[in-house]
Amino acid sequence: MSRVKTLQSLFKRYRRPGDIVFAWALLIVSVFLLSQIFQQAVYKPGGKLFAQPIFWPAVSLTLMTVFAAFHLLGSALSERLEGRLTEVLLWISALEYAAWFILYAAVVPVAGYLPSTLIFAVLLVIRAGFRGRVAIVSALVSALVIVVLFKTFLQVKLPAGRVYEALPDGLRQIMLTYF
Amino acid sequence: MENLIAGAELLARWDVLFALLVGSIGGVAIGAIPGVGPAVAIAILLPATFSLEPIVGLTMLLGIYGSSMYGGAIPAVLINTPGTAVNALTSYDGYPMTERGEAHRAVSLAYSASFWGGIFGIICLILLSPVLAVIAPMFGSREIFLAALLGIILVILAHRGQIFAAGMLAMFGIFLQTVGLDPTTYTQRYTFGLTFLSSGINLIVVVLGLFALSQAFFLLTAPNSSPDAKPVKGNLIAGFKELLQHKRVATVASGFGVILGMIPGTGEFTAQFMSYTYAQKTSKSPDEFGKGAPEGLIASEAANNAVPAAAMIPLLALGIPGEALTAMMLSVFYVHNVIPGPQLFQNNIDLVYGLYLALILLNIIVFVFLLFSTNLMTKVIRVPTRFLGVMILILSFVGVYSLRNSLTDCMIASGFGLLGLILKRLNLPIVPIILGMVLGGIMEVKLRSAMPRLKTPFDMIDRPISFILFALIVLVIALHLRTLLKEYRAHRPDEDHEIHDTQMR
Repeated sequence: MSRVKTLQSLFKRYRRPGDIVFAWALLIVSVFLLSQIFQQAVYKPGGKLFAQPIFWPAVSLTLMTVFAAFHLLGSALSERLEGRLTEVLLWISALEYAAWFILYAAVVPVAGYLPSTLIFAVLLVIRAGFRGRVAIVSALVSALVIVVLFKTFLQVKLPAGRVYEALPDGLRQIMLTYF
Repeated sequence: MENLIAGAELLARWDVLFALLVGSIGGVAIGAIPGVGPAVAIAILLPATFSLEPIVGLTMLLGIYGSSMYGGAIPAVLINTPGTAVNALTSYDGYPMTERGEAHRAVSLAYSASFWGGIFGIICLILLSPVLAVIAPMFGSREIFLAALLGIILVILAHRGQIFAAGMLAMFGIFLQTVGLDPTTYTQRYTFGLTFLSSGINLIVVVLGLFALSQAFFLLTAPNSSPDAKPVKGNLIAGFKELLQHKRVATVASGFGVILGMIPGTGEFTAQFMSYTYAQKTSKSPDEFGKGAPEGLIASEAANNAVPAAAMIPLLALGIPGEALTAMMLSVFYVHNVIPGPQLFQNNIDLVYGLYLALILLNIIVFVFLLFSTNLMTKVIRVPTRFLGVMILILSFVGVYSLRNSLTDCMIASGFGLLGLILKRLNLPIVPIILGMVLGGIMEVKLRSAMPRLKTPFDMIDRPISFILFALIVLVIALHLRTLLKEYRAHRPDEDHEIHDTQMR
């Protein structure tokens, strides 16, 4: 019994709720990746071991699996924490913002950087729970500053919006180049 | 000396000076806002700097890196929330001073100590350069391989109490950089037949996901809060006079910062802990620590500000980054075809000196700026966290998308953003993934190029520096095992740190 206890105290660590879910997930991922090693990387007979394309994936995945197993062991041997489900649901809820991000990225080449940034800044600020006029105006101003800073001054490589093509001649050129 | 002048010439251009000014003042603001760290800012700006000249881009990023810790001290002292994780210990003594009505004294001491640490770090860097220029060329492929290996081991072991997690994530990082076409045999590695994976997983996409997007998700999924900091009244120069009474603490703390900054994988957090402990042990009034002891504040601020300059040493001399921020800067060098490492000191020594001078200027600009605008910063702190989350999300887009206008990159970055969110929520470290990717790449390349010269495994360590590095690796592992054994015998698991320096940045 005492041995079990010391083993426990050796692996017990500071955790937060949901730790064990993540530990399992990473162990499963690393075991899966390791199981694919001979399909996904090549061993060329005759070559030196350290120069094999398979060498580094094999080393890193083997060690990753070992560490992941011990990490899970540490989580399993520590006392259970309340609030696991709430935590996991919070991770899942972040998917919504990931979707907003990808949608924004998909809209920019169509609607142009300036219009889509203004629209998304306002929509996201409203989604984040702000309703006041101050918040909306600050979002618009910040979005404008971001566009002017990155696109107009720094000339960061972003595609021009397809809607700009519909603009009158002089304005179109300016919008295509600077916004 | 002529190198110094050549370096100064490199800086004496309006665009370089402007970049430095923007970087340093922006860095202060970014450091002051709890929730945005220098890592978030550097990650977002990284692709934008690719179109600039190396010296302009680098001074801007250096400005953010070096000045964020000045800014981070403001909320640490005034509202007990460190602006960046490396200011955590500043709040231990800074906030009690604010509660006593000495906010002005605490802030001004923090600035002075930061300035002291920053300048001390740069002086060490300048003094060490001639030595580095001699030693660096002795680093061949095997030495750099061993140094990178040592870096990986130290990164893992530095996360005490989370070694398995850190190890797992570092290995994941090493694995990530192997995905794609193998550079010598042109065979696919872990592409699962997907075309977008054959060019590999881009480091910057991962960095932006793990640091910037994850922070946006983190702020957006948490309840809103708007920190309230009271303005500070009084003359801020007074702190410098008080600092001079604690020269010893400030200098030793800066020394810790320099030494730990040079060693890959350790960095600001460890430096702060060690110098804080030192200050407490040698103080005449150790009981005052945690209740508003000026020495505690000085030790923590001097130590963390000495790190950026020192962290440049392994980066410039060997091309080995010691933590996430220098790992990001490494990609700026690569994009401009300036390869940091031994050759840099031979071919681009003016760039090296230019960067040193930029660091000195940066400390002066920030110090002067803060003397006049601390109260402006107390207003910046009040930005609501969820609003900040929206802004980080919008800014992350510029970073990811401008890289190569790819929607796939945005999706990959979102995936890493979710991973980063989970790691942040669980208080697990993010840095091992990034360092695993960068150091893993270095290890693979260097081991390969060292191969033709190795007949037996012992040839790996038959040169003086490689032998020393190998001995260090063995020593570090042995020492760690010894501590583990001791703790096991004492039946006392070691305490975990509440915050790791990798969090919140």
